[in-house]
This record gives sequence, C-alpha cells and structure tokens, in this order.
Amino acid sequence: MNDLLEVEEIETVFRTERGEVTSVDGVSFRLKAGETLGIVGESGCGKSVTSLSIMSLLGKNGSIRRGEIRLNGRKITGLAESAMRRIRGSEVSMIFQDPMTSLNPVFTIGSQLIESISLHLKLKNRQARDHAIDMLRKVGISRPEEIMDEYPHKLSGGMRQRVMIAIALSCKPKLLIADEPTTALDVTIQAQILDLMKKLREETGTAIMLITHDLGVVAEMADRVIVMYAGQVVEEADVFTLFDKPLHPYTIGLMSSIPHLDADDDETLASIPGTVPPLQNMPSGCRFHTRCPLAREKCSALAPPLLEMAEGHRVRCWAAQGDMEGYETQAKGEFL
Amino acid sequence: MIEFDSSVLERPQPETASTLLQLNGLKTHYPIRKGLLGRVRGHVKAVDGVSLDIREGETLGLVGESGCGKSTIGRTILRLEQSTGGQILYKGEDITRYSTPKMRPLRTEMQMIFQDPFSSLNPWMRVKDILKEPMLAHGKATASTADAEVDRLLDAVGIPRSYKDRYVHEFSGGQRQRIGIARALSLNPKFIVCDEPVSALDVSIQAQVLNLLKELQKELGLTYLFIAHGLGAVKYISTRIAVMYLGKVVEIGTKDEIFRNPKHPYTRILLNAYPVPNPHLRGREKIVVQGDVPSPANPPSGCRFHTRCPFAQELCRQEEPPLAADGTNGGHAAACHFTL
Ligand SMILES: Nc1ncnc2c1ncn2[C@@H]1O[C@H](COP(=O)(O)OP(=O)(O)OP(=O)(O)O)[C@@H](O)[C@H]1O
Ligand SMILES: Nc1ncnc2c1ncn2[C@@H]1O[C@H](COP(=O)(O)OP(=O)(O)OP(=O)(O)O)[C@@H](O)[C@H]1O
Ligand code: SF4
Ligand SMILES: [Mg+2]
Ligand SMILES: [Mg+2]
Repeated sequence: MNDLLEVEEIETVFRTERGEVTSVDGVSFRLKAGETLGIVGESGCGKSVTSLSIMSLLGKNGSIRRGEIRLNGRKITGLAESAMRRIRGSEVSMIFQDPMTSLNPVFTIGSQLIESISLHLKLKNRQARDHAIDMLRKVGISRPEEIMDEYPHKLSGGMRQRVMIAIALSCKPKLLIADEPTTALDVTIQAQILDLMKKLREETGTAIMLITHDLGVVAEMADRVIVMYAGQVVEEADVFTLFDKPLHPYTIGLMSSIPHLDADDDETLASIPGTVPPLQNMPSGCRFHTRCPLAREKCSALAPPLLEMAEGHRVRCWAAQGDMEGYETQAKGEFL
Repeated sequence: MIEFDSSVLERPQPETASTLLQLNGLKTHYPIRKGLLGRVRGHVKAVDGVSLDIREGETLGLVGESGCGKSTIGRTILRLEQSTGGQILYKGEDITRYSTPKMRPLRTEMQMIFQDPFSSLNPWMRVKDILKEPMLAHGKATASTADAEVDRLLDAVGIPRSYKDRYVHEFSGGQRQRIGIARALSLNPKFIVCDEPVSALDVSIQAQVLNLLKELQKELGLTYLFIAHGLGAVKYISTRIAVMYLGKVVEIGTKDEIFRNPKHPYTRILLNAYPVPNPHLRGREKIVVQGDVPSPANPPSGCRFHTRCPFAQELCRQEEPPLAADGTNGGHAAACHFTL
C-alpha cells in the first residue's frame, strides 16, 4: 500500500527585501493512513512552513524550490490553486497555529462552520447546523447555540482555537495537520480535544501530523516523531525510542528541559543555551554546532548526513554516528 | 542563558512589599446583542466579582479553564475593557473610571504581553519600528538612542539583531511572542500583565523567557500578573496563585500551599490532568472535569462548580460558598463548602 503522504526532500524559500531565505531545507517524511507523526523543534525551525508547504499556502513570496509532495500517490506540488482548493478541507484539513488567519472576522462562527460542513459533508442546512452545534459542544464550548451567532472577536483565545478545531475535524479529512492545536487550552479541555482526535483516527483512519512543543502531548499521541532544527530534520524515531534513547544532542537537550518546568525550586530552568541561527547566516557544517556542547572541529567543517542508525531511527550528528563513544551521557550532563 | 543589560530599564528597587494593585469585587460583563436592532438580551459575566491584591515585586499567577475570564481581568485592569462593577486601585488610587488623558501616564507603567502574538502585532510593520514607536512617543528614547535600545531589547528576548529590519509577518509564532515581550519591556513598565506569554513557545525557549522575566523582576522590581491555563509555568514563576472558575476566584494562596495542599476540588483536578511526557504512560486514566462547561451568561446557582464537581451536595446547589476574607491579605482561601 502507498503511504498517504510522502514528503520528499522539499526546500521552501521566501523572497524578502533582503534576499531569499530558506526556511525548510531538504525535509522528507512519510505518513500512513491512521498514523500520527509528531513534529517538534525549537521556535522558528520550520515546522509551520513545512505544513504550509503541504497545504500550498505559502503566500505570494513563498515557494517550494525543489522536492515533491505526494498525497495518495498523486503529486500535489505544483498543482493549480483551484485543484488545491478542492483538496484543502476535504482530503486535508489544517488546524492553524494562528486561529485568526482561518477564521473570518466578518462572519459569524455558525456561518463559517456550516459553510465548511455543507460543502464537505453534503448536508442540508438544518442538519449542517445541528452538526455544527454538536461539534462545538464536543470541543467543550459552552452555550454552543449562542456562540453560533457570535463573531470571532467575541471569543476567548482558547475558544477561537477550539472553533477552528471543530471546523477542521468536522469534514473528516484523510490527513489532519494540527499546528500547535492545544497551546491555548487548559489540561482538561486539552484531554478532551486529544480524545476527539484519537476517535477520528480510529473511526476514519485519519492520518495526523501533529506539531507541538508540548512533549506530553507528543508522548500521548504520536506513533513516530521527527525533530527539526534550523530547517532540517535532525532526528526521526518511533515515539518510544525517541523518549527512551534520543540520539541527537539537540533532542537530548530538549528532553532535559522538560522536567524542570515542574521543578519545585527557585533555580534557573535548564535550557539549551543560545538561539536558532538566523536563516541568512546558517553556520557551516552541522547547523547545531554553535550550540552543541559536544561540537568538535569536524562538526563546524562538515555537515553530517541524516543516517539510519537502527531501523526507523535516523539521526544527523557526527557524534551519534560513531565518532564519540558515550557522548549521550556527556550531553545530558552538559544540559543540566 | 540570555544576558540582559538592565541599564535600559534602570529603576530603583521598591523598599517594602506594599500593595500595588487591588481589585475589589471587580465585574466585567459583556452585553449579548441579538437581532437587527442589536437589543441587549443578556450578559456574558466574564468577570463576576473578583477581589484580590497584587503586591509590589511579586508575581500573582492566574490560572483556570479556557474562557473563564482571565484575559478579561487583564484587559480590564489596563482599562482596555471597561469594568461594569467593583473597583480597581492602583497604588491606592481608584483608577476604575479614569479618563483617557488621566490614564496616559499610567499607560507606560502598566503593560501587557498579549495572548495572541498574531493579532496583537501589526504584521506589516518592521520589528524595529514596533519597538521604537512607543519609546519615541513616550519620550523613553530619542532618535539617536532608539537603535541601541532596540538591539538591547532584541538581545534580551533572544531574537538576532539582524532581524530588526524584517516585517512581523515573516516571523514564526514563537518569535512573534518574543517580539511582543520586547515591546512590553520597551517602556520601563512597573507592572506587566503577562497573558499566556510562554504557551506558544517550545520548552527550551519557555525556560529562557521565564528565566528572563524572573531576572528582570529581580533587577527592576517588576510586578506581574501572570496568566496561564496550566500550572506548569505558573509554578516556576509565581509567588502566589489564584485559580479561577467561570468568572470567579475559587482558590488563592501561596504557590506552596496551592501545590502542596490544594483545597478546592477544581484546583485538585487542574493539578492532576497533565499529559506526562512519557509514552509508556499513555492512555492512563486522567481525572478530568466531567460534563459541559456551563454558560457564563447563565452561571449555575450556588457554587458555580457544582454541575461538574464530584463532591457536590444539595447545599452546593443552593448556596454560594464564600471565598474566606483572608484570601485578599495573603492567606490561603478556597470557595468551597467542603474544602478538602
Ligand atoms: N513569510 C515569510 N517570510 C520570510 N520568512 C519567513 C516567513 N514565514 C516564516 N519565515 C521564517 O521561516 C522560519 C521558519 O518559520 P516557521 O513558522 O516554520 O517556524 P516554526 O517552527 O513553526 O516556529 P514556531 O514554533 O515559533 O511556530 C522562521 O525563521 C521564520 O522567520
Ligand atoms: N469582546 C467580547 N465581547 C463579548 N464577550 C466576550 C468578549 N471577550 C471575551 N468574551 C467572553 O468572555 C468570556 C471570558 O473570556 P476571556 O477571554 O477573558 O477568557 P480566558 O480565561 O482568557 O480564556 P482563554 O484561556 O481561552 O484565553 C468568554 O466566554 C468569552 O466568550
Ligand atoms: S462547594 Fe460543593 S460543588 Fe463547589 S467545589 Fe466545593 S464540593 Fe464541589
Ligand atoms: Mg509555527
Ligand atoms: Mg485568554
């Protein structure tokens, strides 16, 4: 069987006043029906741009310069906008990181939900309305009947996010791209939303691409995880392997920053020092070498390839690829 | 760690922990309009009688379910929303009905980091102009010093200086959030409402931003109202924590008391429902709040939590449990008939 989604070596660039920038650089991954892929990585590393590339929503300055994206075996890169529009919302739907870009401020919540539902589920007005109200209730919105008549700006941040989730889930897509779907939500509503996504996955075999910085959510939902850094995939593994035995120093750092949020002390929280390098000025060699506690000469001179170290476990790091015995322990120590 | 040069924001330390801000029975109700004539058909009681103090130099964490009124409290304090009842005292002065010109000097002292970095920053402005504009308008910098200040603010929030000519729409979500933080800091504020400032950030940057906020607080004696929907970040940054449910504060106490000895059933549930970052524990039963979220336009009788509380009794349906009075002067208080 074909994979539902195949992303192959895509490179996405933006034209800006100061020249072109490359936001996503040679990213590949695959997704089967019913599977959930978690995508994690530091702010600005290209997670949203990867998903916008799949949706073909890069704006007039963005474009995919090379690589190919296939949905159900069919190439969708370079597809005409009209054809893409048919795919969006029916086969693929997206929960955007920014709720206001997908909610139209001049239409009521109800009309936006009903439009999407009647378009994709071919329901009549009355039924579409009932379905819409039901969806709002499922995402934990109180007084759903009244909210149907409200405009987006009358809703709290988390309520907007949930309306968007309701729209995205209501058309039962084959592929759901969820970009930070629960960031604005409290734990109970988050649990409710994650359950909804699980149900959709079971009932309709929806594949989910789940972008989140919440490693708790990744642990709860994902089958496989890719870790991105500065526009590239630096590690990919099944979820258990990634949490039990991360290989890339960046992933190791990410994992060591978690428990500290719950730490009961007044100390400084552990974080990976430094910031993601600017796009116009990517370091030579390994892109993480400027922040990596294990970096050596080779790292700044030569870019490591993404190599498969064990079945399904790929990593882009010289130390992990056998240059350094026992580096994991050292990396852990450095980040604490 | 990010280095922050505090000379940008020089300010004397406060001597004693006096009350900076006090809310007395604050209410903000939004009218619900219906029909073509826009007749008012009811009110969303977003904030419905909230009393608390925030002391100089402390961080009061404010947590609660989505839609319970947290952002509305923040916006009402900054007078971006007009309250419909109760009082707001800032440094002992009643600012509840201050006119716009009277609020103007306070506008620099009181800042907000907005929850939504996408709609609170004009996407077509350059970062440097976003940061410069308020500084120039309020005389906090001159044309010749503004550039240096911009650099320092960007350093502080971990955005490369070379990005300052970029437009806001060219930034990722987390990057925009940090620009919002830099903007809030640009006017040497004294009090900042931080509305979910780290929710959109990955753990490592969350840690950086929280460390930064804490450092700034220590150096500059800042006071924060720190809004969050979960207890994680709040635990690290807060001195005291207030838990809200449906427009009301249901529990307030020091951080340790809230975590070690939560008294309200809702607080207990909040503490329990975390997804743990361990895939081996997935699918584990979580205690979650059952039932539909009640409407803030028509809140339940008695204790507002009774429709979803596992311990609710007849009394809870009939009588509203008060938040013991010592909640406003530093004690630990919960609004529940059967405190745990
Ligand atoms: N329209 C654009 N023009 C120019 N650069 C852009 C544009 N959109 C995104 N970028 C840049 O591309 C990089 C990747 O951005 P992206 O939004 O994918 O990050 P992200 O991983 O989703 O981060 P976050 O977790 O903060 O949302 C960033 O450095 C960003 O500044
Ligand atoms: N401008 C407005 N007009 C009418 N109702 C509003 C307005 N802003 C907020 N509300 C309503 O007030 C209630 C509280 O909203 P608020 O934004 O304060 O919630 P919140 O606690 O910040 O939630 P979240 O965690 O989702 O951001 C919600 O029911 C919301 O629909
Ligand atoms: S007062 Fe009753 S209903 Fe309300 S929280 Fe306490 S036990 Fe539950
Ligand atoms: Mg993003
Ligand atoms: Mg809010």
